[in-house]
Amino acid sequence: MTDVVLECSGLRKVYGDLVAVDDVRFSIAAGETYGLLGPNGAGKTTTISMIAGLLDNDGGTAIVSGNVITTKSTAAKAAIGLVPQDLAIYPDLTARENLRFFGKLYGMKTTLNQRVDEILDIIELSDRADDLTKEYSGGMKRRLNIGIGLIHRPDLLILDEPTVGVDPQSRNAILENVERLGAEGMAVLYTTHYMEEAERLCDRVGIIDEGSIIAEGTRRDLVALVGERDRLHLDLSGDASVVEDSVSAIDGVDSCSAAGSALEVVAVSASSALPEVILAVNDAGLDVHSVQISEPDLESVFLHLTGKALRE
Amino acid sequence: MTGAAFTITAKDLKERFRDRSAIMLAVVVPLGLAFILNLTLGPVTEQSFSTEVAVRDADGGAIAAGFDEMLADIEAAGFVDVNDVATEAEARGLVDDHSVSAAYLLPEGLSEAVAANEEAEIVVVADPDQPIGSQVGTALADGFAWEVNAVRLSVGTALTLGGDDPAALFVAAADEPSPISLASATTEGRGFDFSTFYATGIAVFFMFFTVQFGVLSIIDERENGTMPRLLVAPISRQSILIGKLVASFVVGMASTVVLWLATTLLMGAEWGGSLIVILLIAAGVTAAMGLTAAIATFAKNAEQAGAITAFVVVVFGVLGGTFFPVSRVSGAFSAISRVTPHFWLMEGFQRSSAGEGIVDILPAIGAILAFAIVLGSIGLFRARDLVRHQ
Repeated sequence: MTDVVLECSGLRKVYGDLVAVDDVRFSIAAGETYGLLGPNGAGKTTTISMIAGLLDNDGGTAIVSGNVITTKSTAAKAAIGLVPQDLAIYPDLTARENLRFFGKLYGMKTTLNQRVDEILDIIELSDRADDLTKEYSGGMKRRLNIGIGLIHRPDLLILDEPTVGVDPQSRNAILENVERLGAEGMAVLYTTHYMEEAERLCDRVGIIDEGSIIAEGTRRDLVALVGERDRLHLDLSGDASVVEDSVSAIDGVDSCSAAGSALEVVAVSASSALPEVILAVNDAGLDVHSVQISEPDLESVFLHLTGKALRE
Repeated sequence: MTGAAFTITAKDLKERFRDRSAIMLAVVVPLGLAFILNLTLGPVTEQSFSTEVAVRDADGGAIAAGFDEMLADIEAAGFVDVNDVATEAEARGLVDDHSVSAAYLLPEGLSEAVAANEEAEIVVVADPDQPIGSQVGTALADGFAWEVNAVRLSVGTALTLGGDDPAALFVAAADEPSPISLASATTEGRGFDFSTFYATGIAVFFMFFTVQFGVLSIIDERENGTMPRLLVAPISRQSILIGKLVASFVVGMASTVVLWLATTLLMGAEWGGSLIVILLIAAGVTAAMGLTAAIATFAKNAEQAGAITAFVVVVFGVLGGTFFPVSRVSGAFSAISRVTPHFWLMEGFQRSSAGEGIVDILPAIGAILAFAIVLGSIGLFRARDLVRHQ
């Protein structure tokens, strides 16, 4: 593959008896946005911590722009921009000062001021550039959090669930920024447990569960894994978990997952499975409030591969 | 590494100077406290004892003259003011209206009675409302009477052994110098005046609080989520540590130098020669950094580190004599105080204030730096636990 920015092979991290990440391998090319999709605790943050040089790996290698990344490898680190999940800005500094500080840490000198102005323009904070960031709204802080990751024009930008806890308006602004970066030729590694974000942003997706990548490819590739299946989403009058086993046992049902009053079902044919599913729900003393039938998506793929919902 | 460390130092200093609570703790609070202590406790503790007495001399003889001479010596030493009065009534009146703490009534014929080895009496009229002054006044009269009795005993003994001129013997015995004489002397050499003691004590005490800001900011970076950003940057972990420690040193030095200059100009404190003071402050700030770094590496979070540091600093401050001079205590307390850097800082400033030279201060500086090396080594050895991702 040409223009490979990140190449991970056999990454492994162990904490005592717990294997947090095992044999993770994938690559990202310049201009490509790669999504690491998995539920909380799947190993996403540990994986990107090794790729960013925050954690030493216990096995395998990660190569960024031709340099093997370790916690001490400054050359590889210079090619990486990190946007942590939590806000990582200094509240007693202005946005301009935050950007200048991190720019200097990356060795920027002559072009720093110009680049700071560019970033402030990109994240739409030029008019508030000289205000202390502790006076910013949550959305403004989120935008600055991303801007700092871009200040040194990294080859690889790593975004760790950047939309967690973000209001819809700011979330949309963040997603638009990420789309623009991919289009400008930057390699982007985007971790999320929001299926919609992965579907919207990512050229390829790696589905990670219990520390391992269990499937990888484009959305089309992944959905094909499910085959010609239908996805049913039922909203019930009570705890859906009481019918999980009985629905799973219905002939033609591939997988079933309950979360609160919601029941996710993947079936060979929605029309043939639905009457029996409704019957099983009624037998359990529950009512069906609504039913949605759709084509398989990444949520269905995850459910199909793991038997679990992404948000579990 | 130098550039990155300098960038981190500059950033930390900018944040610190914008943090009003830090400036309050580093300069405003200690300066205010030093002023308050100096204003409230300084006059009381610096005031020397003095009292007024009255003397009614109805005798006019040699004994009365000797008594007057004794009082004159003590008056010259600054302990009493003597008022000679013409009548007994006047003397008693001065006691009654509390103008004097004691009045001495030397009766007519006192000297003759003493020379004749007859019973003689000096009356002391004391003011019960001035207990210290009246006790001192009585003690002075007791002392004089004891000396007169000693002279009379000497004369009696000489006559028994064959002397034949009592008057000449009495004069000769009285002219002999007293074996013990009262003398007033101020302590020369080392010793704080109270303005200087409070200024240096408060500065040393708060130095350890001020310096902890820099060290604890490493934990703050972790808790505020900015540490991953620093660790993912192409800089070494040593640069982060050095940048933080330099910021800590600068803040500690700056705040203590401000206190030094302010207390010198506004309170008249005498810290000593500039070079020695700078050396002592630098050594103290280094020791404070070592102490807070060692504590920080064992703490789980900034709050816990701050609490432990506060406890240790207060205990060390008390033991080390920043609140009261430990030279006034002895035994185990005095020995324990020497295992605190605070003690050696106060010792150094005490010598510096007394005008001693750099050679005399070196043992104190050496002891302070020993603390810095031991505690700093613990801190640096465990620093990898401090500059970490989570």
